[in-house]
Amino acid sequence: MIVASAGNVVVWMVWLVAGFSCLASGVAVISFRNPFFSALALIGNLASLAVMYLLLNAEFVAAAQVLVYAGAVVVMFLFVIAYVGPRREEPWTGGPSWQTLGAVLAAGALLVEIVVAISLDAGHSLGHDGKVGPTFGSPAWIGRLFLVDHLLAFEITSVVLLIAAVGGVILGSHVRRVEPLTSEVAD
Amino acid sequence: MLGPDTAWYLVVAAFLFGIGALGVLIRRNPLIVLLSLELMLNGGNLALIAFSRHFHNGAGQIFGLTVMAVAASEVCVGLGLVVAINRKKLPLDVDRLSELRG
Repeated sequence: MIVASAGNVVVWMVWLVAGFSCLASGVAVISFRNPFFSALALIGNLASLAVMYLLLNAEFVAAAQVLVYAGAVVVMFLFVIAYVGPRREEPWTGGPSWQTLGAVLAAGALLVEIVVAISLDAGHSLGHDGKVGPTFGSPAWIGRLFLVDHLLAFEITSVVLLIAAVGGVILGSHVRRVEPLTSEVAD
Repeated sequence: MLGPDTAWYLVVAAFLFGIGALGVLIRRNPLIVLLSLELMLNGGNLALIAFSRHFHNGAGQIFGLTVMAVAASEVCVGLGLVVAINRKKLPLDVDRLSELRG
């Protein structure tokens, strides 16, 4: 029992550190002026979220999170930020300033709504649950789920990724304008 | 389950989602809007995986992985748009890009 409570304290401490760094880096992402630093702050956010996924017995999702986000998405962001170059966000000139106030109010209302919805149910069905099996969250278990139970979702996801890749290539490609032949004929 | 209840994870997810929503609403650089969208998607993902652990059901983790793939697609298209905007020498400001004309 003493061992169990000591483990509980350790898990709580890891959770507190991960949750605090998750929220702090989230605030950093939206408050840096330079998008380069925002993208770097997102890496901290993703790493602390991966720790939380590990605490939730989701080992494969934690690994995929680090690989997909920190490995691919953030690198792509950094390349585009380097390509676009350092452009500072110009200070707000046109438009009413009530838009910022309205944005803060809207985000706050959204947050309050979600937290109230969670707290209404926190004591009842969201309390402690039992142990899960040792295979919960393991790569073999995820693979079986993906390729047996959720095969259609897996295939649709691959098609969505393919379409997005084609769209990204088309959006990023140079548009070569073909000069109309009629202008030469007219000359 | 050692450590905090599912409700605590959901509160962190809600705050993450709120921070991301605030970033989408107040920032005007499309790159930072995309980063804030990632924060919102990650908040949703954390809630999905917390519920997956709570109900001992793998569908939440599968959904989380699918959300990751959709987020990667969204970043791919969004960054393609940013590159196209930059090539046309237009300002990187979502308020001044309000007209959907090339």
